Amino acid sequence: MLRFVVRRLALMVPTLVGLSVLLFFWVRILPGDPARSLLGQRATPAGIAQVNERYGFDQPIWRQYLTYSGALLRGDFGFSIRTKESVLGVFLDKLPATIELTVVALVFAILLGIPLGYYAGRHQGGWLDTAIVSGSLIGVVTPVFFVALLLKYQFGIQLGWLPTAGRESNRTNPDHPTGFYVLDGLITGNLSATWDALLHLVLPAIALGTIPLAIIVRITRASVSEVVHEDYVRTAEAKGLLPGLINRRHILRNALLPVVTTIGLQLGLLLSGAVLTETVFALNGIGDYLYQAISNRDYPVLQGFILFIALIYSLVNLVVDLSYGLIDPRVRAS
Amino acid sequence: MTTTMTSRAESGTSKGPLLDVDNLSVTFTRRGQRDVRAVDEVSFSVEAGQHVGLVGESGSGKSVTSLAIMGLLPKRGVSVDGTVTYAGEDLLTMPRKTRNTLRGREIAMIFQDPMTSLNPVITVGMQIEEVLLRHTGASKSQARERAQHLLARVGIPDPSRRVKEYPHQLSGGMRQRVLIAISLACEPRLLIADEPTTALDVTIQAQILELLKELVTDTGTALVMITHDLGVVAGLCDEVHVMYSGRVVESAPRRPLFAEPRHPYTGGLLASIPRLDSARGTPLTPISGSPNDTLPWAEGCAFAPRCGNVINRCTQLTPTLEPVGDRALRCLNPLSDPPPGAAQ
Amino acid sequence: MTVPTDTPESLGQEREPGEGQPGESLWRGAFRRLRRSPMAIIGAAIVAAFVFVAVFAPLLAPYEPASTQWTELSTPFFVQGPTSDHLLGIDRWGSDMLTQLIFGARQSLVIGVVSTFIGLALGAAVGTIAGGVGGVVDTVLMRFVDILLSIPSLLLAISIAAALGKSSIALMIAIGVAQVPIFARLLRGSMLSQSRSDYVLAANALGLRRRTVVMSHVLPNSLGPTIVQATLNLATAIIEVAALSFLGLGTADPAVAEWGRMIVSGQARFQIAPWLAFYPGVCIAVTALGFTLLGEAMREALDPKQRR
Repeated sequence: MLRFVVRRLALMVPTLVGLSVLLFFWVRILPGDPARSLLGQRATPAGIAQVNERYGFDQPIWRQYLTYSGALLRGDFGFSIRTKESVLGVFLDKLPATIELTVVALVFAILLGIPLGYYAGRHQGGWLDTAIVSGSLIGVVTPVFFVALLLKYQFGIQLGWLPTAGRESNRTNPDHPTGFYVLDGLITGNLSATWDALLHLVLPAIALGTIPLAIIVRITRASVSEVVHEDYVRTAEAKGLLPGLINRRHILRNALLPVVTTIGLQLGLLLSGAVLTETVFALNGIGDYLYQAISNRDYPVLQGFILFIALIYSLVNLVVDLSYGLIDPRVRAS
Repeated sequence: MTTTMTSRAESGTSKGPLLDVDNLSVTFTRRGQRDVRAVDEVSFSVEAGQHVGLVGESGSGKSVTSLAIMGLLPKRGVSVDGTVTYAGEDLLTMPRKTRNTLRGREIAMIFQDPMTSLNPVITVGMQIEEVLLRHTGASKSQARERAQHLLARVGIPDPSRRVKEYPHQLSGGMRQRVLIAISLACEPRLLIADEPTTALDVTIQAQILELLKELVTDTGTALVMITHDLGVVAGLCDEVHVMYSGRVVESAPRRPLFAEPRHPYTGGLLASIPRLDSARGTPLTPISGSPNDTLPWAEGCAFAPRCGNVINRCTQLTPTLEPVGDRALRCLNPLSDPPPGAAQ
Repeated sequence: MTVPTDTPESLGQEREPGEGQPGESLWRGAFRRLRRSPMAIIGAAIVAAFVFVAVFAPLLAPYEPASTQWTELSTPFFVQGPTSDHLLGIDRWGSDMLTQLIFGARQSLVIGVVSTFIGLALGAAVGTIAGGVGGVVDTVLMRFVDILLSIPSLLLAISIAAALGKSSIALMIAIGVAQVPIFARLLRGSMLSQSRSDYVLAANALGLRRRTVVMSHVLPNSLGPTIVQATLNLATAIIEVAALSFLGLGTADPAVAEWGRMIVSGQARFQIAPWLAFYPGVCIAVTALGFTLLGEAMREALDPKQRR
């Protein structure tokens, strides 16, 4: 097992290195002067000279790359052109918001998706099954930002049930030791702050989680409907076991295996969807900041953030793959 | 959960057979297609401790019969008629919960493919323990001990280690032993075995059959052995029912059946078994045609298209199951002399 | 009547409608199954309608695209709804909504198809070479694919599009490159599994050159899954086009109608005229649904194991 982890981590390194190389050249493929592209409309001769010196654009390519990778290894990921903040610093600052959103969205998708998928898998052909299948199909093809908009206006503004902007209400100003607003309320004993943060997460999480929900429903349904016909389920029935036990230990335990494998993929969807959702709900997370960086051509931010996201994505996929070994004993053997 | 089952202590003999299948019919319906009668008025009985064989090709309805007895047929698209009496109670009309309690405890079943009949993600030990925990009052540790004991009983070496292993770590033969252990864990009075050796290597087959025979004889468990292989039945069963196309065509005690098969199908089955003492190069004698060459019973004898003994009446009248001496026979023109090659 | 076999599930089956007639080719059989599948029919209908609208946009649309001559009908307080002149009302900038939607279809189709084609061509090339040649080439190419896969695909498309500037071509390249890994893996897998198959061994034994074997034997067999994947990817591409436009990437030219951008502009007037954002959103979803249904139906039809 340990060897597996080490090997996977080792594989990650060349991938990320390759990515950093790609990112390095990415800025430089832009038509025109890199310095000018970096500064965009704010380009002045003095500014360009400054940028050239700072980033060494007038140096030969190999030396540029060395400077670049040297900086990366030192942990220097550059500074935002717009706000002058350290890219790494901003990323870490905004990360908790995105993690909160992503986790709540994923939990929503799993808690709702697995029971729905299970029911549909067991009662194939029933009217509820048809409804669930149709619903999940629609869920898969509806763009995240569209759902976000619809929810925002229907439940937030039209009906006024839930807040639609920011992570907490403006008037309050609770302490935030960890940056995870939901946790912070619990830690500081300020339960109303936790509640407030949760309320602000409801609509965005539903919007973001809709596609993963639909996917989980579809996979669970397909998996359950297959497992139900397996010989070992028949053996369990022949043993006279109670139906609840058969469902849990024999059907679900096997049917959920494919679902776990897709969780890693879901994370990719969630991360990219977060960009869209955060902008609609003004959630001040990584996605939101990334969007502004795009609009402002803030390339150091884009470069840095993409690299960090790739790192996180790879790590989470690694963890998911490892957990697969935990739940399926057949994998452990190989 | 109350049951009106007779207590374990009483054997079934004083009140009639342990299992009595009477006019069992199973019909499969599918939208837009004709109904298929997989099992057609099948009757047989099993006394306590008796070993009965159900023999037939695939498509004869033998497996469906066993699934109907166990109540494992799907609920939709299937209709079951007739009565199946176990120790005086009709299984088919019993409430579901009561029937569920019987399964595994009084009547157990093992299936054909050991490679797929065990849950791949839980340990072998757990799969034995769970049936004990369900039906006996055993505690977890008692169940664990008994599971190990059972593994030893079915001939698995090093049971304390095996108990913690997963099915994929065991060979096919060992898995079938585990399944036998599971089925006998609660000491059922009736065991139904549906082709338990068909999916195994030939060398293992004999071992498993020996094991089964030894176990059921030791515990006095009644056995219904379902197979297409008359050889399996020869060493094991007291009474044999031969099925064709959903109906019983011949029933007889073992020796008379093998010595003097009366139904041409039985004769054909026997003749098709290659003999050790036949000369090399002797061609095999299969039954002509295939299971697809069949008539509906309503139009005559289903076996007629393939029968070597066929006469005109066979395609005009439907033969009924008639008692003939110590056996029952469904044939208008039965065999009179033992055909060549009949085994003893 | 066929004699039933012993398994209850197969009992009661005569020749299934989906089962092949003897001697029928995979394609003929697949096509026949497709014709009876309601999913395929609905999907194909939607796709056909979409393509029709996109191709014949100039003929179908009542007005010129983005001709903003009705600006007085769109104010922060009031936006003109459906009238006989404007069947779906006016959009935020004063153009006819129906016209914008129709031309938006064209934009989605073009970008979607081109980007999928780019992804398919590049990905298939990478995958076929990697799988066919093997060895170091395989490792290197697949490392490259891994790099692409280390970023979620939409984010990858965002970064490429952001680098390339605001144009439709940027979108095409961005979305296309994001699709490369899928096709690369698909074709590589196909190459690997088929190179072990008996007919390839036979062809090699006959002395056929490797390239001939690949081109005339292996690739045609990979065609089915590739078409299925391309169809499903088209659905994704259409959604990604909208998403990228929503984020402000893609062409800045206001004369080009695009569904994603329409949603952005509709946002500002959502309270008084929710349909501004609603119609384009529904268009995106329905079109993507059509391709998804069709793709899934094709996948089922091509699957030799027929299951209910």
